[in-house]
Amino acid sequence: MPNSKSAYSFSNKKEKFDTHIIVVWVDNEAGVLARVVGLFSGRGYNIESLAVAQVDEKLKISRITIVTTGTPQVVNQIKLQLRKLVPVHKVADFKREDKAVIFKEMALFKIVGPNNKLEGALKACKKFNPVLLDKTKKSNVIQITALRREIDKMSKDLKKFGLVSVSRTGAVAMTRGADIFK
Amino acid sequence: MSKLYSGAEIVFKCMEDQNVDHIFGYPGGAVLPIYDELQNFKSIKHVLVRHEQGAGHAAEGYARSSGKPGVILVTSGPGATNVVTALTDAYMDSIPLVCISGQVPTHLIGTDAFQECDTTGITRPCTKHNWLVKDINDLASTIHKAFEVATTGRPGPVLVDIPKDIQFQKTKYSKPKKEKKLNGKSHNHFNQNSINELIELMSKSSKPIFYTGGGVINSGPKASELLRELVYATGFPITSTLQGLGSFPGDDNQFLGMLGMHGTYEANNAMHDCDLMINIGARFDDRITGKIDEFSPKSKKVHIDIDPSSINKNVKVDLAIVGDVKTVLSSTLKSLKQKKSKFLKSNKQKTSRWWEKIQKWRSVRSLDYIGSEETIKPQYAIERLYELTKDKDSYITTEVGQHQMWAAQHYKFNKPNRWMTSGGLGTMGYGLPAAVGVQVAHPKKLVIDIAGEASVLMTIQEMSTAVQYNLPIKIFILNNQYMGMVRQWQELLHDKNYSESYTAALPDFVKLAEAYNCVGIRAKTPEELDDKIIEMLNTDRPVIFDCMVDKVENCFPMIPSGKPHNQMILGPKDQENKKITGKGKSLV
Repeated sequence: MPNSKSAYSFSNKKEKFDTHIIVVWVDNEAGVLARVVGLFSGRGYNIESLAVAQVDEKLKISRITIVTTGTPQVVNQIKLQLRKLVPVHKVADFKREDKAVIFKEMALFKIVGPNNKLEGALKACKKFNPVLLDKTKKSNVIQITALRREIDKMSKDLKKFGLVSVSRTGAVAMTRGADIFK
Repeated sequence: MSKLYSGAEIVFKCMEDQNVDHIFGYPGGAVLPIYDELQNFKSIKHVLVRHEQGAGHAAEGYARSSGKPGVILVTSGPGATNVVTALTDAYMDSIPLVCISGQVPTHLIGTDAFQECDTTGITRPCTKHNWLVKDINDLASTIHKAFEVATTGRPGPVLVDIPKDIQFQKTKYSKPKKEKKLNGKSHNHFNQNSINELIELMSKSSKPIFYTGGGVINSGPKASELLRELVYATGFPITSTLQGLGSFPGDDNQFLGMLGMHGTYEANNAMHDCDLMINIGARFDDRITGKIDEFSPKSKKVHIDIDPSSINKNVKVDLAIVGDVKTVLSSTLKSLKQKKSKFLKSNKQKTSRWWEKIQKWRSVRSLDYIGSEETIKPQYAIERLYELTKDKDSYITTEVGQHQMWAAQHYKFNKPNRWMTSGGLGTMGYGLPAAVGVQVAHPKKLVIDIAGEASVLMTIQEMSTAVQYNLPIKIFILNNQYMGMVRQWQELLHDKNYSESYTAALPDFVKLAEAYNCVGIRAKTPEELDDKIIEMLNTDRPVIFDCMVDKVENCFPMIPSGKPHNQMILGPKDQENKKITGKGKSLV
């Protein structure tokens, strides 16, 4: 989606879109997700994926991880606008290419078919350390964690093994080494 | 054990502690417990409006003219939805408002109960923050927090939604906490290095300009004083946005007038050609910048703003100073005096050619118009109104449209907080209720709403409020029977297809005034205008002044959409040469 901030005058400059991962620490209170998501939709920013859960039970802090695309100017605006929201404590941002950060998505695949197909599916997933969560004579539920594009690929590749259902999360992120997000 | 108070009582206890003296509101089912308590709190006066939008704009007028937050009290459902326009208006123009709304009882929320709506959902994008109070024990702290959020940092509207059962429940009352914990939302994040850099840029510049906005007004009267000091100490020219008018004297020689779409020729050309632009509390709005790719191409840009998200949003700047205007200006002046005590003298030479250029642009006299002896020219009406009121410390509000721009161009402001207009949202119907709010805050002052006949009809019902509270506001209508600005755009962009911009069957405003039990005055010729204005000023009651003006006058100068600052349309004579064509048409 093109950025929608220019309702009245057009810019002829074509700027490159980067993919960024934005991590937001918020008070886990009613409506907080709506505030964050509403800010994105209201200002025409993209959300590619979203993952959110409470991470501190005592302080009631939730951590929201948003994958977004935009020009450097738009990504900067996203951060600054998020910081203005009252329940937001801090905002971290990094590029998808950033080597210092790990980010992962989880997917569940349901395969239905004869035994050889089920085994074939499990084998195809091998390099993502698949976990067999459920097994019957006719079906498997396989869990993998991987990068977005890897899961995209698996979703396609597993079709020939009898993939009938896919469920996947948004990306979550964490820094490598001893550092934490500032 | 300390005394227990009902939720309704707590609402007023909080207002007392927040020094609220007036609230603007309208009762209804879901706020009845609060209205029931009103009589027990004598220090708080309630102003009953005729429509909740009027309450919102009145609170805005009150806030802008007094510097205090405006407070609104409305019921659930339609009460809350009616106030949305005013909240959005306040959000766009950074006006501190606290809106208390009633809500259906907690056990009915989500059941589509009578007069239920998702108030916090609806107002989320048009407030700085909002709260639905579901526990009586959170009520006092939430309301105190609401006042804090509304008034700190970049000000704005907030809303507290209180279900009816919470208004009845009882608990202890807690006073506001003294220390202000700002959760990192207040922003004085600059350091001395930035100030030094600013002074360095200022001393190097030979074509500087100050571009100031509503942030100077919002920072308080002291900020305007410091701004004047800085402008005089540097000898630089200064221009102002619509919202910033009054922070610097409008009749001073260093003032180039308003800039932007209907700004002066000298202000816009100076913005385009300058080598140093110092933006103080303005936000590079699209009505200011014109075509953004060609906006002031040769300048270093400095941006002083309290809101970090305003910086680099529309225009990339070379030096950003995040802070309160007052604090930044005071540091700048201090450093300037220490480092360059003879700045003015040493800079005079350097900027002399710049000033010569500005004088040349000035000599174009871009605000001139062709006068008439038969019909009242709208610009002439504003000029006469200004001449006859300039010694009175008057407060001016406006609606939205041509009259608003003419008022901004021809009425000169010398003090901050005297000019209340809907800039960001451009809300027709703003001016009349805003005038009500201003008059409530300043009972003895002259308050005039410079209006258009189309705008004023959107909230005309508030005349009834003005009459009820003996608020002698003056509604000065420039009546051209058209939605003038719409008509002007249609003339310039849509081949004079005046689709639906003429109002047939307008009311007789003099009779309408009489129906409201206030005073109606009509002026039809330039000859009688002065006498009629004086008659209006001598009337100590609300007045509707029907000023019949030229029907087809256009507002110039003007930057056509899609054009940069240095390609303005001047007057009727200049128009032939610069027709808006092709792409420009789609940009409005």
